[in-house]
Amino acid sequence: MKLYNEPSPLETRVISKRFGTQNSWRVDTYLATGGMQAFKKACEMTQDQIIDEVKASSLRGRGGAGFPTGMKWSFVPRQSELPKYIVVNADESEPGTCKDRLLMEHDPIQMVEGILIAAKAVGASKGWVYIRGEYRYLIDHMDAVLKECYERNLLGKNILGTGFDFDLYTQTGAGAYECGEESALLESLEGKRGVPRIRPPFPAVSGAFQCPTVLNNVETFSTVPAILNGGGKWYADLGTPRNGGTRLVCLAGHVNKPGVYEVPLGMNMMYFLNEIGGGMLGGRKLKAIIPGGSSCPILSAEECDVAMDYDTMAKAGTMLGSGGMMVMDETTDMVKVALRIMRFYNHESCGWCIPCREGTTWLRKMLARIVDGNGAARDVDLIGDLAQSMLGRTFCPLGDAAALPTISLIKKWRPEFEAYVAKNPFASTELVQVA
Amino acid sequence: MTFSPQLEARFAELLTHYPEGRQRGALIPMLMYAQDEVGAVTQELMEELAKRLGITTLQVDEVTGYYSMLHKKPQGKYHVQVCTNVACMLRGGAELYDHACKKLNLGHKQTAADGKFSLEEVECIGACSWAPAIQVNYDFHHEVTTGKLDEILEGLK
Amino acid sequence: MSNLVKLTINDTPVEAPAGTLLIDAAKTAGIEIPAFCYYEGMSLQAACRMCLVEIEKAPKLMAACVVPVAEGMVVRTESEAVVKARKTTLEFLLTNHPLDCPVCDKGGECELQDMVFKYGAGESRFTEVKHHVPEKQWSPVVFYDGPRCILCYRCVRVCNEGMGVGALGVVNRGVVSEIAPSHGDHLECDECGSCIDICPVGALTSGAYRYKTRPWEMEHTGTICTHCSDGCKTTLGTRNGEIVRGNNRDRSGVNGEFLCVKGRYAFDFNHHPERLQAPLLRVDGKLEEVSWSRALQVLVEKFKAVRDAKGNVGVIGSTRTSNEEAFLLQKFARTVFGTNNIDHHRSGDVATLLDALSGKTGALGTSADCYTSKAVLIIGADLSQQHPFLANQIRANVRHQKTPVYVVTPGAVREDKTAKKAVRAGEDWLAAVENLKSSLASEKELLVVFGDAVKGEGLRKLVALGDSLGIPVKYIALVDYANSRGAMDMGLLPDLGPGYHAVEGKAGLTLPQMLAATDLDLVWVVGANPLKNASLGSSKAFVVVQDLFRTETAERADLVLPAASAYEKNGTVTNTCGEVQRLMKAADTVGAKTDLAMFGLIARGLGVNLGKVDADNVFAEIQKTVRGYNVPLPVIVTGGAAQTQAVNGRVPSNVLPELIRSAGDTLFTTGTLTKYSKVLNEVMEGPGGLYR
Ligand SMILES: Cc1cc2nc3c(=O)[nH]c(=O)nc-3n(C[C@H](O)[C@H](O)[C@H](O)COP(=O)(O)O)c2cc1C
Ligand code: SF4
Ligand code: FES
Repeated sequence: MKLYNEPSPLETRVISKRFGTQNSWRVDTYLATGGMQAFKKACEMTQDQIIDEVKASSLRGRGGAGFPTGMKWSFVPRQSELPKYIVVNADESEPGTCKDRLLMEHDPIQMVEGILIAAKAVGASKGWVYIRGEYRYLIDHMDAVLKECYERNLLGKNILGTGFDFDLYTQTGAGAYECGEESALLESLEGKRGVPRIRPPFPAVSGAFQCPTVLNNVETFSTVPAILNGGGKWYADLGTPRNGGTRLVCLAGHVNKPGVYEVPLGMNMMYFLNEIGGGMLGGRKLKAIIPGGSSCPILSAEECDVAMDYDTMAKAGTMLGSGGMMVMDETTDMVKVALRIMRFYNHESCGWCIPCREGTTWLRKMLARIVDGNGAARDVDLIGDLAQSMLGRTFCPLGDAAALPTISLIKKWRPEFEAYVAKNPFASTELVQVA
Repeated sequence: MTFSPQLEARFAELLTHYPEGRQRGALIPMLMYAQDEVGAVTQELMEELAKRLGITTLQVDEVTGYYSMLHKKPQGKYHVQVCTNVACMLRGGAELYDHACKKLNLGHKQTAADGKFSLEEVECIGACSWAPAIQVNYDFHHEVTTGKLDEILEGLK
Repeated sequence: MSNLVKLTINDTPVEAPAGTLLIDAAKTAGIEIPAFCYYEGMSLQAACRMCLVEIEKAPKLMAACVVPVAEGMVVRTESEAVVKARKTTLEFLLTNHPLDCPVCDKGGECELQDMVFKYGAGESRFTEVKHHVPEKQWSPVVFYDGPRCILCYRCVRVCNEGMGVGALGVVNRGVVSEIAPSHGDHLECDECGSCIDICPVGALTSGAYRYKTRPWEMEHTGTICTHCSDGCKTTLGTRNGEIVRGNNRDRSGVNGEFLCVKGRYAFDFNHHPERLQAPLLRVDGKLEEVSWSRALQVLVEKFKAVRDAKGNVGVIGSTRTSNEEAFLLQKFARTVFGTNNIDHHRSGDVATLLDALSGKTGALGTSADCYTSKAVLIIGADLSQQHPFLANQIRANVRHQKTPVYVVTPGAVREDKTAKKAVRAGEDWLAAVENLKSSLASEKELLVVFGDAVKGEGLRKLVALGDSLGIPVKYIALVDYANSRGAMDMGLLPDLGPGYHAVEGKAGLTLPQMLAATDLDLVWVVGANPLKNASLGSSKAFVVVQDLFRTETAERADLVLPAASAYEKNGTVTNTCGEVQRLMKAADTVGAKTDLAMFGLIARGLGVNLGKVDADNVFAEIQKTVRGYNVPLPVIVTGGAAQTQAVNGRVPSNVLPELIRSAGDTLFTTGTLTKYSKVLNEVMEGPGGLYR
């Protein structure tokens, strides 16, 4: 399978090491390149030992929220009459993100092995890989991979003679960003509308089909075999304290070498942009970076000289999110960016709760009016105020995801909004009606 | 309602994936795969799946309306989806979409009279690092330029 | 109690049992936390975000509707952040909500209106174009106006969880989400209207009520529904003496806010154009309108003649008139005419049940028991069709307490879906119940609810089987109409007087015997239609009918007196569980009189003394003389339900099982009244059928 972009020699390829190699997705290749050793190792360990190893790696979820993975696994009740399940979040819908598809295209069995280890750690018997519907080619590919895994006894009964049984299936989504949110995903898996659930209970206690469930991102599972092979400490040391290992960053936007690259956590963002990403497209000036998918507050050029790890980014007022990094040069119209982002969240709002459903609609309409040249003077403040009114008040984090970038845009690029409004000769009129 | 033997086999296999009594889990995959064969999520299809899964047609309808890839009306033989979300927008996605509109003489979610093409401006399709991207049916095309778009469209029979 | 949790809300110490939701704990402390989507007894949504409050140490505002109380919790419900959040939530809500309050049915009793008035901002900052979709009609009684809908999902839940119907759902996504009916563009459901009632705004409106009046222009009277025998309280809204609405939003009465299609809409028979408004006298073979004085004159003369000649009299009473009327009718027949030829349409074997239970206390089930009993056995009844309220109680019991329900019916019923065991059996129901014996015996207690198939010896065997289970068992004998039970208790029976005492002298003729007899001189039918599918054997009989309409029986009458309906009188009725409740006069039909008033006028004409003929006085006599009816008056007077007691001692009845037969009404029929209810005739489902 071919790569969509050239790898960079400056990457640290832990989970992407098989990318681009011949037949990398086949069982034979996988076994020949050290595959399934970690699983065999896990079979010799106790459940606590596996979880402790993952904790030691300070692996944090790669889906967006960055929750410590080992801790999440430890929440699954040991004693339970209910069956336990594994769910893989392969919904990959956060704008700017295109990494999970590569993991599944090039090294799907690495993910399968990670799933098996997680299953072993919590005592799960069955799992689903929930893949966004747009990735049909990938679902078909995964179906073929899983079929081979069954044929080669990497799945099914008595896996590789370890006495461990596990079934894994693909499940297609059908076009809904919200189904990336873990509880909405579980609803979707049960054949329902992708509306999030009230939590607690969390999936670890009541997840798929109301049974204890480990739900992680594709990349998170894909990382687990390396952790067991190399040891938690080795993995942790690749990154910075509390931010273990490497992660895939999807570089997009105005750069010379956009692409998906694996880098250690804590790498400097400007270094990444210039050395791996080949610098700004056309030599233009950097204006802003969305560091980890469109849900993150946007960094202005001056703020981009930061280490890319969870804690540093939090200090910078933003997030590493899903690793979808979008770079914008000086020509970028930030008002249009604000509108495009709001259009997305409005389109994807599930409609369950009021602040998100109505807030994103109102903001979308207002931003569209401003871009159309019909902005009113008071709109600029209103945008900030409405976004602030959504923040922390919605049923699920989608509302926050819509509010956060908007707030940062209004705060950091306010003059651009004001300039739009100033072009409207009626801007100071109190009521502006547009059909 | 009858489906092809392949689809029936796929349904039969799917239904084994879920815990006992929770076969409703198969609803969304069944809708997706059946839509590919039937061309749309018709009333008849909703009723059929409701019957098979022991739920009401309304419950199927609730689900169908929620997901943006499920359509009650048939789309063109080639459903052209142009992403204009941020990453693509930064690399000319919006212009690409405008070009597609003109080229196909269609607007958002419109289908040509002859049923060959339909067009949709879509949200991020997960190809951001290789933007701008489009999908024709389930096929991805990366780093699409207006010229390349013309080529792709002209290559479709 | 040891599991009380101590917390502080707005600096007030509050105690609540562990597990209590914060919103409810605040309520008991007198602190209102506003909410739209939260609804007691229904699944949690946390969707409207109106109930956000500040909890110390929580990183953001929390939804009080889903957070349980915790020890030491410090809560603020009126802090600056909370107040601002509410304001913007309301502002968000109003962005797409049309401000058509002046024409909206809900105006004046709209939760959104109230909430905006109390918590909202003075002006809106929204200047965009509102999302609009046209209003839709889903059924003759249900309209949906999408733009007004605030998506609180109450209707969806009341239909699915409450009614067990699931006819409403949510379609589309995001801001264009809307509520949708079961069948594409229309509803096929129970048409109970609960969704309309529970809607906090005017999104769902009633075809029967819309645009008729404003809430504040109505008078509201809480009375008892006259249709089935479950005894739901219905609050009738009247304007200018005409009933325009029925609901029970104040949750008074045994039924809380529950009402079925009949309770909510089928009051409309009351102002049907064919309502009788003047007496009819047969002149030259034809019924002609005459004045009340002329009618009474003819009647009194006839009654006098028959009495004095010791002629043969047959009296047929009603299953819908009040206890007072039933009592006085039998008293009249027995004391004035000296006859026991008195009966009514019997639909359940209450007499045998009371006899079989004699000596036991606490074995009569109440409507509340349907919700609290730890196990339920249903025999031979399609409850959700025939007894919608009891069915609702049992459903809620299952939903809230996961109570096991056993079903033994001749066909499929809605209760099957959630039943622990459902078996099909008709006449052979007893064998089926015997098969369930070991399961039943493993329950902690049992409530048996049975229909007309269970009677006579079979019923005695059932009680014996109940005794052998070794657990407390209660019974409810199902009967058909609003006062079917009262008719029996009051002694509208040829062999039993009030309170199931044996009659003096020989037992009289039963209803079929009266119809067949060829020698009756006078037949007096009060509020019944026995000739609907039968003819009268005695061609010489002078027939007097008191009724609301010109029924088949009225057509055979020599004299027809226009009667007031149950909604036009005071008095009491007894539901199928033996609960006595008060009827309150809500409306008036010009020209009609209550049956009680008629009895008084006739007695005066005849010069007989029946005591002071008013409802309170007659009820006092009932309390004294009818076994089981020595119930506390204050309970009834204040609109409550007083459970009658089992009779102490044997019931000397020679029950003829073949006389006991339910009319088999469905949700959409109500005996003779069916014909006169426009709504019941319009709903697409009506009349439906049992066991399907
Ligand atoms: C609106 C929304 C969308 C999300 N979309 C995704 C997604 O597409 N893929 C993903 O892995 N996680 C997504 N998440 C995060 C998941 O809820 C969840 O935290 C994650 O899958 C857990 O896995 P991890 O711990 O391995 O990151 C989303 C969250 C929200 C609130
Ligand atoms: S969302 Fe709450 S948040 Fe709330 S009232 Fe409705 S239910 Fe509460
Ligand atoms: S923004 Fe277009 S594929 Fe992601």
